[in-house]
Order: sequence, then C-alpha cells, then structure tokens
Amino acid sequence: MSGDWSASAHQLFKEHDIKQVAYVPDAGLSKLIKSSLADNDIQTVPLTTEEEGIAVSAGAWLGGQKCAVLMQSSGVGNTINMIASLTTTCAFPLFMIVTMRGDYGESNPWQMPMGRAVQPVLEAVGVRCLRAETHEEAADAVKAGLMMSFHGGEAVAVLIGQKLIGAKPFTGAHAGMQAED
Amino acid sequence: MATQKLFRRDVVKKLMSVRGDALCISGLGSPTWDLAAADHRDENFYIWGGMGGATPTGLGLALAQPDRKVWVITGDGEQLMGVGSFSTVALQQPKNLAIIVLDNEHYGETGMQAAPTGRGTDLAAMAAGAGIAQTMTVTDEAGLDDLMKRLTDGNFPLVAVVKVDVRTGETVMPPRDGKYVKTAFRMAVLGADKAQHPG
Repeated sequence: MSGDWSASAHQLFKEHDIKQVAYVPDAGLSKLIKSSLADNDIQTVPLTTEEEGIAVSAGAWLGGQKCAVLMQSSGVGNTINMIASLTTTCAFPLFMIVTMRGDYGESNPWQMPMGRAVQPVLEAVGVRCLRAETHEEAADAVKAGLMMSFHGGEAVAVLIGQKLIGAKPFTGAHAGMQAED
Repeated sequence: MATQKLFRRDVVKKLMSVRGDALCISGLGSPTWDLAAADHRDENFYIWGGMGGATPTGLGLALAQPDRKVWVITGDGEQLMGVGSFSTVALQQPKNLAIIVLDNEHYGETGMQAAPTGRGTDLAAMAAGAGIAQTMTVTDEAGLDDLMKRLTDGNFPLVAVVKVDVRTGETVMPPRDGKYVKTAFRMAVLGADKAQHPG
C-alpha cells in the first residue's frame, strides 16, 4: 500500500466491516475522522474521555459489530483500568489507533512522560502494540491489527509515531519577559 | 416525615416485569447483584469492574442492535465516574437506550461512604444538561409506575435516577467468568454461528 495511511485505514475499515468509530480527536487523526464522518455505513462516536471508547467497543462487540477506537497517546492513560478490567478480563477484541505525542521531536515537556509510558503501560494490561513510523508501515500495521483483533481475538494498538505525523511546534513569547528589540 | 425510600431489590424486580426482550447491562457492585437476583438470563451482561463503563457499554450495544431495547442498570457512584458519557449518549440520541441509576447516595461496595448525590449532585439534571431530553428522578411507588410506563413506551434515550435507601439484598452472584458471560450474551443475541465465527 502507498499514499497516506489514513486513506488506507479507511479502506481497511470498510474491508473489515467496521461499523463504529469511537474517538477523541487528535490532529494526526483528523483525516481518518473526517473520512469516517463522511461514511454513511460508519457510526462515529465522539467521546468525552478515551475510556468510554473501550466500553463502547465492548458493547458493539456484544451486539455483533466491530468498533475502532482512535485517540492521542495522552488519552491512553485514561483507558488503562477499562482495558484491564473490561477488555482483558472478558477477552474482548480491541482495535485502537493511537497517534503519538511526547515522541520523536517533541518540544512540550508536559507530553514527554506519557509519551514514554504508552507502550509499556498498554503492554502491562495485555494490549499488543504495533509501532509505525512511515505511511507504509502504518497502513500495514492497521491491516495486521484488524486481523489480530477481530479474528485473532487480541487487544491491539497501532501506535503512529511522531516521526510520521510530525511534532507540533511549541514556541512563542516568554510570559513576563520584555520582548527584545 | 418523609416516607421510607424505595428498596433497590423491589425496584429492579418490578422493572423486570416490563422488561420484555430488552438487553441489560449492569454496573459493578449492587446493580449487578440486583439484576442477577431479579432476572438472571443470558441477555444480561454483568460488569464486575471497569467503573464508569456501564453506560458507554450500553451505548455501543444500542448502536449495534438498534431494534432491541437496551437497559443500563447502574449505581450513582458508577455513573458519576463516567458522567461524561451522558454527553456521548446525547450526541447519538439512541432511540433504544435507557439508563436507570439506582441512587442510594453512597458508595455501597466500599463501606457506605457518602456520595455527592446525597449532598446536592443531581444526576438527572446532569443528564438533562448533557442534552438528554427524557430524564426523571423517581422517589416513590407512583414515580416507579411512571418509569415502568416510560420504559414500555420506549421514548428513549431516557435517564431515570431512582432514589433508593442503603439496604442491600442478599448477594446473588452471576457467573464470574467474564469470557463466559460475554460469549453467552453473544450466543443469545446473535445466534451460535455469528457468535462463534465473527469473521
């Protein structure tokens, strides 16, 4: 597969009959969210916090549908008990796409600790992580992850690296300082 | 002098008399024991953890099964932990989802510590504020009759907060194997072929 990973992901959602896409927005997810919103066969479920998406996904599976859950890496911290308690205990399939912050090239110190924690914390509660640093790797990981979760019965997170989505610049005037002339 | 508050076991038993073929999700703690005591069947998904997850689980199910009614039965503390899910539900406006909060104004499973719902926090008002049009607070038998009528009429989404006292019934445990409960539920709702070969 070539081209933007988001377009490939949307195509793969169709092939795998994904009927619900639950998400908390992130810039790196905006294309996939937009194409999901424009797709009449997909019910998009915007969330107030990421752990809701884990539960929505479980509920969808109980009712015979597949749900993909999209979030930024910071939001992974919100999901841990829901994944451990609901997903892992009951062996629900789970497919997440996580766009990374606090990763390659990050300049916001507040993002760094969670960026480091995402993979070990997900793995600690039973989620398999597939990291991707290029469009091709991301598309491949989405394809593999959908197969592993909904056919293989696993909990899988595709981690889209900041090397791919780009670091957001944090620069500006310094509070309380006189601008230099 | 106020009359005695409703007893949660009587409430759930009464509600189950108008359940029909509704699918039920119960929130951790007493609501799970209440549902198991009143109407144990495969179409119950009993949650023993994942605090805050009962309502969004019900939402995912309601969206997947638009022709079946889905009732979430949970507690005030559980719903408060996931209170943003009222907003998530309101955005979807599922015509088949009812959320019934058994509100004893305490954290019952952890030693009956006081909850904010007994000190001014109004879950029905929070649901209304999130954009759910049908909300009600039930405090007596007449209110319970009204709730049963609304559950039957199915003007959903509905959030009903039922004020109950701190009495708990005998602990009635549903199967504790979550994998089994999940698969039994799917078998009952989807049939064996789809449940076992989701492809």
